[in-house]
Amino acid sequence: MSNLSKIAKKEIKEMLTPSTLVPIIIIAIIFASLGDMMGGVEDELSEEQKIAVIMNDEGALGAIAYSVFDQGAEIVYNGTSVQEALDTLEDTDGTSLFIISSDFTENILSNQTGNITVYWMMKGAGIMDSVPSAAASSLLSNVDTTIAATLISYDMSDNASIILDPTSYTETTVFKGKEMDGISPTTIASVLSQQSLVMPLIVMMVIIYSGSIVISSMGTEKENKTLETLLTMPIRRTSIVFGKLLGAAVVGLIMAVIYMIGMSYYYSGLLGSSTVDLASYGMTLDLLDYTLIGISLFAALVSGLGLCMIMGIFAKNYKAAQTMTMPITFLAMIPMLATMLTDFDTLPLFAQVVLFAIPFSHPMIAMRALMFDDYTLVLSGIAYSLIFALVTMFIAVYLFRKDILLTGKVSRTDKKTGFPLIDMMLGMAKKRK
Amino acid sequence: MNAIEVKDLVKSYGSYQAVKGISFSVKEGEVYGLIGPNGAGKTTTLRVLSTLLEVTSGSIMVHGVDLREKPEDVRKIISYLPEDAGAYKHLKGREYLKFIAQFFAEGKEAEVLVARGLEIANLGERIDDKVETYSKGMARRLLVARALMIKPKLAILDELTSGLDVLNAQEIRKVVKSYAAQGTTMLLSSHNMLEVELLCDRIALIDDGKIVAEGTPEELKRKYSANNIEEVFVRAVKE
Ligand SMILES: Nc1ncnc2c1ncn2[C@@H]1O[C@H](COP(=O)(O)OP(=O)(O)OP(=O)(O)O)[C@@H](O)[C@H]1O
Ligand SMILES: [Mg+2]
Repeated sequence: MSNLSKIAKKEIKEMLTPSTLVPIIIIAIIFASLGDMMGGVEDELSEEQKIAVIMNDEGALGAIAYSVFDQGAEIVYNGTSVQEALDTLEDTDGTSLFIISSDFTENILSNQTGNITVYWMMKGAGIMDSVPSAAASSLLSNVDTTIAATLISYDMSDNASIILDPTSYTETTVFKGKEMDGISPTTIASVLSQQSLVMPLIVMMVIIYSGSIVISSMGTEKENKTLETLLTMPIRRTSIVFGKLLGAAVVGLIMAVIYMIGMSYYYSGLLGSSTVDLASYGMTLDLLDYTLIGISLFAALVSGLGLCMIMGIFAKNYKAAQTMTMPITFLAMIPMLATMLTDFDTLPLFAQVVLFAIPFSHPMIAMRALMFDDYTLVLSGIAYSLIFALVTMFIAVYLFRKDILLTGKVSRTDKKTGFPLIDMMLGMAKKRK
Repeated sequence: MNAIEVKDLVKSYGSYQAVKGISFSVKEGEVYGLIGPNGAGKTTTLRVLSTLLEVTSGSIMVHGVDLREKPEDVRKIISYLPEDAGAYKHLKGREYLKFIAQFFAEGKEAEVLVARGLEIANLGERIDDKVETYSKGMARRLLVARALMIKPKLAILDELTSGLDVLNAQEIRKVVKSYAAQGTTMLLSSHNMLEVELLCDRIALIDDGKIVAEGTPEELKRKYSANNIEEVFVRAVKE
């Protein structure tokens, strides 16, 4: 064996241990199921869409429009009440409501466009969410061309511009219980996704950055043999743990501010004048909302750091510490990708549970949720991540009082599972007996 | 009151017993040495006494404080020098002493501690260099200074002079003696038999987690009819 391969072999042996592999495998599984989930989102699109039609026109062209809708989609409601129609769509997961105006036929025949009012049922504002309206849009253009063809073949009109484009639309988007007139789902999605791209990205960066500070700090203290001295000084264990966490959090938040400044420049450049003023649709964040986002971010950060501290306790040296930041990185990336690509509301239950369980998700979800006044989700998220943070702190401080902090393992000859945390719990259970 | 009172101390790593029920006591101001072969359990004993490792069974009193009950009170009166200790590398020697001192005193008092530390470390101009540039012996001096400058009631020194040359070791021994005379109890381990003989008021010889001999250097030499502690060591361990 060459010297090169001897060295390489040693390195690989050092790095490929159950404690480095298992988290990555778990993450891979989560990712795989995340992919399935997204597949699920797309599948929905290919099904025949459910729509509602309110027919106010008694003329022939209105009837043609209706039959085009009927052929291209499943009509789940065709009464006269807008509210009932929207409720039915809500219940049946329908995509849109078309209201054919009472003067539809009359207008077209008198060389004006026939108006169809469209209510888009928007489900999510993620990159993968905003598509449902695409299928519904094609229905509308079918109506347009069919009516144009009718006009031509029966020679009903001699106005070229009406023949080319006999219908017009009035759009309203219904999203999370808000009705927004004159705006299409695509516009909302693009504005929202630009806005809510920043938060997940910053949260992810902060968690990863300050998390790795905590883990490396523990690894370094062990490698440089400074930890023992620290632990025999008259300093409370809680002070050591919280001192380290506070240091990392401050550095992490400074990072976040720098990122935010950079990002805001980037976005003001990017958005320029084309922005739709979401505030005029009631999608604003007030002081309370920003406070909640702040608390959510804080809770997520503390949870993340607590988690890192626990891992750091098991890190024998700096190198081991480096590998241990991997799972945290992935854990922070999952909610970031998920919130960027889809909306929490549109995810299947399993994925919602996974996302909710990751404390980092909550500040990422919070911004959009608060725009739509979904306080339940945000508050329960904050409550959950605060509890998560407390539990991790408690475990970290507990472990700081244990041999494992210095010996790095529970036993020498006892049977072991290869997972220090599980070993420790087994050990504790045994002691109880 | 004894500075240290250890009764039937057992320390296990998992199912492996590293210390198998040892008892000893150290008087205030005494210099007490632990000697014994590699892996005998010296470091383990010292780490337990420094509140770093949990006691498996037995009792330890340090200046009348029950270590198992109130480890945080014990930490206020002890100072531990690990056998392979390090200092924060990004700090300069002086900064390191200041960093440590602030946990024990404030303002003027802290300055007194640092001044004492500088004197023990005796690193000249190099005290203002980063710790990462220090040689092994220089770093050791800094750490000994750190441990003694606070004048703890009990100093626990694992392999006190490891890595030091003859002259430096001699000097550190003088420092230890003078601090002991001022009232600091010293519990130390060493592989240097001459050092132990010169420095310690009493010695315990640990082998395989048990104390196999204990007494003043004179007593031990008489008991094993040896000329020096090295012979005592060899005879006691081979028995
Ligand atoms: N973290 C640990 N996990 C398991 N066993 C350990 C651990 N630390 C020490 N031991 C074992 O405990 C026994 C005593 O070790 P200890 O370090 O106390 O010896 P020592 O007397 O200080 O030796 P040396 O003179 O080489 O420093 C040894 O058998 C050692 O292998
Ligand atoms: Mg040792």
